[in-house]
Parts: sequence; structure tokens; C-alpha cells
Amino acid sequence: MAAHAIFFYFFSIVAVISAIMVTVSKNTVHSVFFLILDFISISCLFIMIGAEFLGMIMLIVYVGAVAVLFLFVVMMLNVAQQQNQWFNSKENSGHIPIGLIISTIIFFELIIVVGGWKYKPELLSPNITKISDEISNTHSLGQILYTDYIHVFQISGMILLIAMIGAIVLTFRQREGVKTQSYLKQISRERSEGIEVLEVPSNKGVKIDD
Amino acid sequence: MTEIGLGHYLTLGAVIFSIGVIGIFLNRKNIIVILMSIELILLAVNINLVSFSIYLNDLTGQVFTLFILTVAAAEAAIGLAIIVVYYRNAGTIRVEEIDKLKG
Repeated sequence: MAAHAIFFYFFSIVAVISAIMVTVSKNTVHSVFFLILDFISISCLFIMIGAEFLGMIMLIVYVGAVAVLFLFVVMMLNVAQQQNQWFNSKENSGHIPIGLIISTIIFFELIIVVGGWKYKPELLSPNITKISDEISNTHSLGQILYTDYIHVFQISGMILLIAMIGAIVLTFRQREGVKTQSYLKQISRERSEGIEVLEVPSNKGVKIDD
Repeated sequence: MTEIGLGHYLTLGAVIFSIGVIGIFLNRKNIIVILMSIELILLAVNINLVSFSIYLNDLTGQVFTLFILTVAAAEAAIGLAIIVVYYRNAGTIRVEEIDKLKG
């Protein structure tokens, strides 16, 4: 049990410190790296408490895809010169105390909820899907994900498809003056528009391209 | 102290959630950091769902964490695409200079 506590405190302290560094670090690239560290430590916590499939999926989806996407956009957009200006501009920094107050209120509300929370078994719905000890976490997740939650699963796939199409439509642009190969034009070319058959009178020659 | 219970995980979630909210409010840099703060908030929600799922012995929380993960990935992709388009048009993504709507 002590090892569990030590690992919990280690990973959660790393997670909190890297979350703070995401918001305060001067360089946006450093923020993305701290975000990656945050995701890694949280997924270690997930694996530790027994949700190993979600931990691995977090590593793959967040670290492998989302964080790399962030890094890609940060490096593409030349934001390195736009340095951090935390409290330099005095005239429009009026929202900072409001933001701090709101964040503190949210934090204490969450803490009050945690402190006042009591486990009431009779409030749980009777048809909960129990976590079984015999089969693995991935196996049991798959068993209910593809049966009880198949419609939600397909809707989430549809959300991903729409997001993909939307991102492509938003960022796609046709450039002027770029010579590209058009397959449709190439394969739909016919003999009649490619060549022209001329009657050449003898001893007179022919003039083309006039 | 050595017994890690549900309260510890929920407190961690609360701390990360609040850091995300602070990051949204206090940001003077580019909008990408705001998107990263939103990712932090969703991560805190995932921590809460998974820890409740483990401690109540109910697998439903983990299923919904999976769906939140999906929606977060889609949201990040769309948000970054919008930022790329905005940068192409306006030439900046600093929060202070995005004031077309005079809000």
C-alpha cells in the first residue's frame, strides 16, 4: 500500500507541476512538451488504479496524435516571436483578478463536493456493469462497448469523421498559378481535341497556329 | 496518508481543473495555450470519471471516458484548423489582438 501511495504522490505532483508549467511557460513549444508530460503522468495513474486500457489509449491518442498535432501547428505558425507578456499591459489587465476569483471559487466548490460526498449504494442503479476480476480491463470494456453502447460508439465515430472533413475543408485552399497534374483532364483527353488532320495542298504548304 | 482513496484522485482532478480555468483566464499569449487549457480541463474530467468508475466498481465511467477522449480529439483538430485559417487571414493569434467583435 505504501508503494501505491508513493507512486500516486509522485505522478500527481508531476502532473500538477506540468499543468502549471503549461499555463505559465514563456515558450509555446515548452507548453506543448509539458502538456505531453502531463498526459503521460495521468495515464500512468490510470494504469495504476486499474484502468489500463484507458491509460494506454490516452498515451496513443493524446501523446501520439493530439500533442503532435499541437506541436505541428505551433511550429507551422511562427509563434516563437510572440513572446509571453503576462502582466505587462496595465490597461487591459482588469480581468486577471476576476479570473483568479472564479478559479478559486471553482476549486473550493470541487473540494467541498469531494468532502461532502458519501457513498450511498441504494442510489446506484441496479443494472450497473460490474468490473469483473476474471477477465481483463480491455476485454470487459470491449464486451460492453460493442453491445450496450454500440450506438454511442457509432455516433462518436461519426463525430470523428465530421471533424476530419471539417478540418480539411477549413484549411484547404486552392493556390493560383501552381502547375499541377490533373488526372481527370489527362485521361479524358480524346483524339479529336489532341490532333488536327489537315488537307495539305501540294506545292503550297500549310500554315498552322494563326 | 499512505492510504490513497477516492478523495485523493478527486482532489487531483479538482486541482488540474482549476489550473485549466486559470490558464484560460490569465492567458495573454496565443490562442493555442487556451486550447491546451481546455485539454487540461477535459483531462481532469477524465480523472474524475475513471476514479469514480474504479471505486464504485462500475465500468460505465470508463466507457464514457473513452467518448470524452474522442470528442476532445475532434475538438482539438477543429480548433487548430480554425486557428490556422485565422492566422492565414489576420497574421496573428495573440489573444489581445483578436478583437474584431469588440467583446
